[in-house]
Amino acid sequence: MNRPIRSVSVVAMLLFAALLINVSANYMLVWDSYEDSPYNRRVLDARFSAPRGPILVGNAEIASTKKVKDSYGYLRYYPEGDEEYPTAKIYAPVTGYYSYLYGASGLELTQSAQLTGEDSSQFLDWIVRKLSGKQEEGSIVETTLNDKAQKAAWKALDGRKGAVVAIDTKTGAIRALVSSPSYDPNELDTHDFDASQKAWAKLNSDVDKPMNNRATREVYQPGSTFKLITAAAALENGIVKDGDSEVESGSYTLPTSSVVFSGNCGGDKITLTQALVTSCNPAFGRLGVEVGAEKLVEQAAKFGFGTEPLSEISSVASKFPAKADPPQTAMSAIGEFEVAATPLQMAMVAAAIQNGGEVMKPYLVQRISTQDLRDTYVAKPQSMGQALTPANAQTLRDAMVAVVEEGTGTAARIKGYEVGGKTGTATVSESRHPYAWFVSFVSEENLAVCAFLEDAGVGTTETTGGRLAAPIAKAVMQAMIKENP
Amino acid sequence: MEDQVVVYRKRRGTEAVLMLFSVLICVAAYILIHLDMDNEIPQQWPWALGIGLGLAVIVHVIVRVRLPYADPLILPLVFLLNGLGVAMIHRLDLGTNPVMHSAELQLVWTGIAVAVFVLVLVFLPDYEVLNRFPYLLFLLGMFLLLMPMLPGIGQEKFGARIWIGVTIGGSTYSFQPAELAKIVLVIAFAAYLVEKKDVLAAAGTKVLGIEIPRVRDLGPILLMWLASLAVLVFQKDLGTSLLFFGLFVMMLYVATGQAGYPILGVFLFAGGAYAGYLFFGHVQARVDAWLNPFKDFDTNYQVIVGQFGMAYGGATGTGWGLGRPNMTPLAKTDFIVAAFGEELGVAGLAAIILIYAILVARGLRAALGIQEPFGKLLAAGLSFVFAIQVFTIIGGVTRLLPLTGLTTPFLSQGGSSLVANWAMTAILLVVTHYARRPMQVRSRQRVRSLAMDETQQIPRAAL
Repeated sequence: MNRPIRSVSVVAMLLFAALLINVSANYMLVWDSYEDSPYNRRVLDARFSAPRGPILVGNAEIASTKKVKDSYGYLRYYPEGDEEYPTAKIYAPVTGYYSYLYGASGLELTQSAQLTGEDSSQFLDWIVRKLSGKQEEGSIVETTLNDKAQKAAWKALDGRKGAVVAIDTKTGAIRALVSSPSYDPNELDTHDFDASQKAWAKLNSDVDKPMNNRATREVYQPGSTFKLITAAAALENGIVKDGDSEVESGSYTLPTSSVVFSGNCGGDKITLTQALVTSCNPAFGRLGVEVGAEKLVEQAAKFGFGTEPLSEISSVASKFPAKADPPQTAMSAIGEFEVAATPLQMAMVAAAIQNGGEVMKPYLVQRISTQDLRDTYVAKPQSMGQALTPANAQTLRDAMVAVVEEGTGTAARIKGYEVGGKTGTATVSESRHPYAWFVSFVSEENLAVCAFLEDAGVGTTETTGGRLAAPIAKAVMQAMIKENP
Repeated sequence: MEDQVVVYRKRRGTEAVLMLFSVLICVAAYILIHLDMDNEIPQQWPWALGIGLGLAVIVHVIVRVRLPYADPLILPLVFLLNGLGVAMIHRLDLGTNPVMHSAELQLVWTGIAVAVFVLVLVFLPDYEVLNRFPYLLFLLGMFLLLMPMLPGIGQEKFGARIWIGVTIGGSTYSFQPAELAKIVLVIAFAAYLVEKKDVLAAAGTKVLGIEIPRVRDLGPILLMWLASLAVLVFQKDLGTSLLFFGLFVMMLYVATGQAGYPILGVFLFAGGAYAGYLFFGHVQARVDAWLNPFKDFDTNYQVIVGQFGMAYGGATGTGWGLGRPNMTPLAKTDFIVAAFGEELGVAGLAAIILIYAILVARGLRAALGIQEPFGKLLAAGLSFVFAIQVFTIIGGVTRLLPLTGLTTPFLSQGGSSLVANWAMTAILLVVTHYARRPMQVRSRQRVRSLAMDETQQIPRAAL
């Protein structure tokens, strides 16, 4: 009977071998794929309960993690601030939220790997921590934002629907990025999931759309601010030589159309600078048609239209109609028709003009460092190319200064500083109030600011943008001037 | 002859050291759980150590007295598995809110199981007694096996009808009679096959070089096949079905040496299982859950979450108390192996599989070593039933096989299973004692018994 017992022993050991091989094979081939399963709550929860590093503005934390006594261990929270300056709301478009139910957005989403310390640049630290059994630590993400500028923008917007973007013209570093109205991400981050669910439903059904990022994710007709791009195209293509060259500014009947651009621009022939100062529709309608749709598209693209400018938080590309007939081109040249831009994009236009024509890629993350303050990432300014020659840029820069000195943008004047700007008022439809725009720069600070109001609250006149949006931009510029006297 | 007799060393000292080692591992696990989960050494740790050592001393002493030649590895391994099981159940208790106390209950059951173990050792001096009632035991075993099908006491849980429930004083106690049937049927099969092995081994016709048993000898295997199919169809449990059919076929093969039996058995079982798959929805559901669990997350939640747990543990596991095994339904019973996989990793899981493998290997070694056929069949049967059970349940949890509702011997929470497995261990130890006992002891006994025979008195006058 020993021979069959030996065979049975072999079979029994084969059974155990099969178990061992199966477990090993699962480990090597199958289990890795479970990590990304949306059903895998262990992995989701582990990520969710990791002590994420803070997000900083200057030295202040705008996103932080605190220890709590629940099954997750850590709660992501955003300092609320006070009634006048609700910090969490002011920074929500940048930080985004970090919610168990709704995932993450903003920097919380794009910088998640760094914030949890899982990024490959921190791999060695990770190994050391694992081996030493130390607590996981996330990195510190430091933004380019300026708290004073951010608060000034929030205060100037005063709860109205709109956005403000301020950019360092030399580097592309974003100094202010505010969208109003905003929301409190703490309401979504709470571990009280019922409350989180209610807050989510409420925010999404709010007619004012507080979770829409008006600075980077929404596009609006830029109105007269787009004339800067039309002027740039005219200069770049030699249709106008410089700011003193004359352009026709009498009433303009659009080609093959009955629409007439009219307006008293101060004569039938005025200089290009004058046309910008008075924001002369007939002049820019003509210039647009003369330059042609194709060249306008090209010029807009050089300023960044058609590409997503900011990957660090969600942003969308600004649009210029690819195919437009002459009357549509004339409409587009003054920022109407199907032209649509984000406030961020228009800030980039002003920044490029102040910066000698070079467009700098905007960015929000200045530095990422480990908890022991070793940098793993430091932002390097990146050029997106020359949108126009330095000479032409200077022409437009002077013209923008003239707009503020004597034109539609006088509300932005700051004594002792070279401030340039361009107003814009875009009529979307007869039934609603127009958009109010102001794109500007203050040369001493190398700062470009775009202020945008979604609802000007009054009817369309050419001065609307200057009257309503310019003071907002001015407030931000002044805040930055006070920062660096 | 006497100078050639092989004498095994008793190795009781080795066993004692290994037992101590087992106890220390389990107490260390207990302390680690608390260190990891609430950052302090549990105040009751001396109690845990005391209980562990106390039970170890009891079983060690009884084995030393009753079975001095018993295999020295089996008991420490069983002790280790039992202790790890209690530790893991305790860990899972702590993971629930409010904290449960099933580990304490499991510890009480361990005590009862040890008591049963002691009783078996005390009242079963020689396993030969078990050889006496093959048919009675067979009927009892079959009754136990098919008991859950009885209306009234049979219970269907988690899709398998392998439980019976007894209501005493308002609360229902349920257990798997198959656990008990396992022991009873191994003994019954062994006794029956010892008697019939020569008949059943008679050569039939040869097909492709393999001897096929005679048709009239196929009665027993067909009977068991039908019983196993009944289990599969009515109790809806592939594991139990495979366990008993596999056990019988294997013992038939050991008894007769006829390779035709296991070959026929494989075909019969495969055919029966396939027919079951074709005709019964619940079998299809099980197979579906095995092959494509992700097709339906809600239905196959347990399997999927169990896999996620082991994947989360990875190679070395999260460590005691640091994973989230409570997320898996039935983590303390069917899926306790997944909990080990999660917290101790592939390494820990492999270690546990190897512990079982060594246990089975020791049992089969005793089957080889013992001289007479009943002991051989008993040892081989007890070891192999263990192997199939471990294979089925761990294979089910790790998706090598469709999942079944069998318990994981010694690890799973549950009193009936623990008691049955300790009783099996006791019988196995008795057999190993006889397998390793020096032969001359037996011959000396025989002489002694001769000496006790009546002797003729020779009248003095005759001298």
